[in-house]
Amino acid sequence: MASDIQTDISGADAPAPSAPLGDVILRTEGLTKHYGGVHALVDCNFEIRKGEHVAIMGDNGAGKSTFVRQITAVEKRTAGKVWFNGQYVDFDGPLAAREAGIETVFQTLALADHLDVPDNLFLGREIRKFNLGPFSILDYKAMREATKRGLERTGVKIPNIRNTIQNMSGGQRQCVAIARTATFHSKLTIMDEPTAALGVQETAQVENIIRTLKEQGEPLILISHNMRQVMDLCDRIVVWRRGRICANLRKEDTDGEDVVAYITGAKTQPEYDTAA
Amino acid sequence: MSDTSHGVGGLSFDRSKRTLPAEAGVAIALVLIVVVFELLGRVLMHDSFLFNTRENVPGIFNQARLQIIILQVSIIGIIALGVTQVILTGGIDLSSGSVVGMTAMIAMSFAQAGQINGMDNTRAVFFDRGWVDLPVIIPVVIGLLCGTACGLINGLFIAYTKIPPFIATLGMMVSARGLAKWWTAGQPVSFPTPGYASIGAGMMPVIIFACLAILFHLILKYTVYGKHTYAIGSNEAAARMSGINVARHKVLVYTLAGLLGGIAAIVLSSKNLTAQAGMGVMYELDAIAMAVIGGISLSGGRGTILGTVLGALIFGVIISGFTFLRLDAYYQEMVKGAIIVGAVVLDQWRQRRVAARS
Repeated sequence: MASDIQTDISGADAPAPSAPLGDVILRTEGLTKHYGGVHALVDCNFEIRKGEHVAIMGDNGAGKSTFVRQITAVEKRTAGKVWFNGQYVDFDGPLAAREAGIETVFQTLALADHLDVPDNLFLGREIRKFNLGPFSILDYKAMREATKRGLERTGVKIPNIRNTIQNMSGGQRQCVAIARTATFHSKLTIMDEPTAALGVQETAQVENIIRTLKEQGEPLILISHNMRQVMDLCDRIVVWRRGRICANLRKEDTDGEDVVAYITGAKTQPEYDTAA
Repeated sequence: MSDTSHGVGGLSFDRSKRTLPAEAGVAIALVLIVVVFELLGRVLMHDSFLFNTRENVPGIFNQARLQIIILQVSIIGIIALGVTQVILTGGIDLSSGSVVGMTAMIAMSFAQAGQINGMDNTRAVFFDRGWVDLPVIIPVVIGLLCGTACGLINGLFIAYTKIPPFIATLGMMVSARGLAKWWTAGQPVSFPTPGYASIGAGMMPVIIFACLAILFHLILKYTVYGKHTYAIGSNEAAARMSGINVARHKVLVYTLAGLLGGIAAIVLSSKNLTAQAGMGVMYELDAIAMAVIGGISLSGGRGTILGTVLGALIFGVIISGFTFLRLDAYYQEMVKGAIIVGAVVLDQWRQRRVAARS
């Protein structure tokens, strides 16, 4: 059942990656996060290759979102190493992670309600006409055009990009959040339960965008509770339980029932036995 | 899959095109209030509020009244420009009135003339040290620095100790007022040099207010600073996750509000030719009221400088209208309070409607 990818990670805390990175876009070794006495994330060895769509599953509190917050540098990791795009990285903040090419669609949509689509896409990295520090002049035209290109690439249709987010439906908001990743030619996209709050049709809309990303060879980490969605969209499923990884499954080798057994703790892959 | 599923949720009518901007509502309210005063004036006073009824004075409009309306709101209006930006970030600034009082006292004491009617002005604060008849630039720079410093202290406390803006600026409000009284042991500071007196003479306050309003309108609309100000007020967590340095930006916003308070203090003390420790009492609330009446949402993220300017004009028209109708000042204050609450209720109602639609 073990995937070929996981077996060659030793988890040793060598400064260099324990195996050649090859076409691995992101690898973590021994990634650990403690909140005081709470061990939210313990010794996680994870990797994702170029063009691969990997699902992260697990019960509430299993460490999925914590894992994402460490690799996107929203929080500072307690221990462990991260390689991204062939280089050892230690981002000092979410902006550094974004600039390196990790785009995240957060569970709580990181959108400003009173701003329009281009403003939200470029929030924190606005295109400037003249650089005058904080009083730099914005280049609205360039941002609008880049927004339109990004929306086209993802197949997102929004009738008026100058509409503010508060006037949009949940599906449209999610699409804007996802389009942000396409606009910036990210090297890795992370989505944290992108369809949890959406209706059936809006979910289909978001899933189409994810398929578009797959066709374009953009790697994706998808956190989801939706088994059908995961089986539809992803190549590989990594299961978290109580802060540890307990399974690494290729889609062809597993089915929904099997995955649920790993999530609930009925099964654990032998190489992750410490997790039990 | 098919194209139809892409467009779901997006093909319905575009709501933003069907709602007028908030400023349009404020402008309409301004016109309505003027019309009401005009009608009341015709019926009760047998006089016109807006138009010129005197035969010995040229012009269609009652120019004197219009001038007074804008003149009396322009100084608090300058403060309101800063308060607007603070409210846009979701904060509040209660210190601006006291900062005006303190800054006026300090700036004025460096602007005093050495002689009055040929006699030595021995009561000047720094007469003994010979700091009289200083070039006008000195009190102006000191005043600006003083206001800026107050804003900077507000900003640093709010951004780095995470205490609520209400408390931080309340502390500054009390302390700055205390400093204003301590500065001269409560004595007023008067008799500025002609150069200093010219800053706020005639319609200068209006010109300064208008220039600053245009400047900050452009800054909020076309610069990174403006975009981040709105973003922080709209969704602070999103702003932080987008990599905006929220703490540093807040310091900047409160510092600018302090700077504008400093400008208002210079203009006010120059216009009145004197500074007193009690200057600017309640200005902070009037400035907040102007912003709120102008459609600035107290929960942050929404509103424009244009709205605040319109809010200031509404404010001026109401005060002037009440005086015109010869109503007591007591009624003015009562109605002012009601209008402020009414504007906030209207804002809440508008926001609930937006939330309900989406």
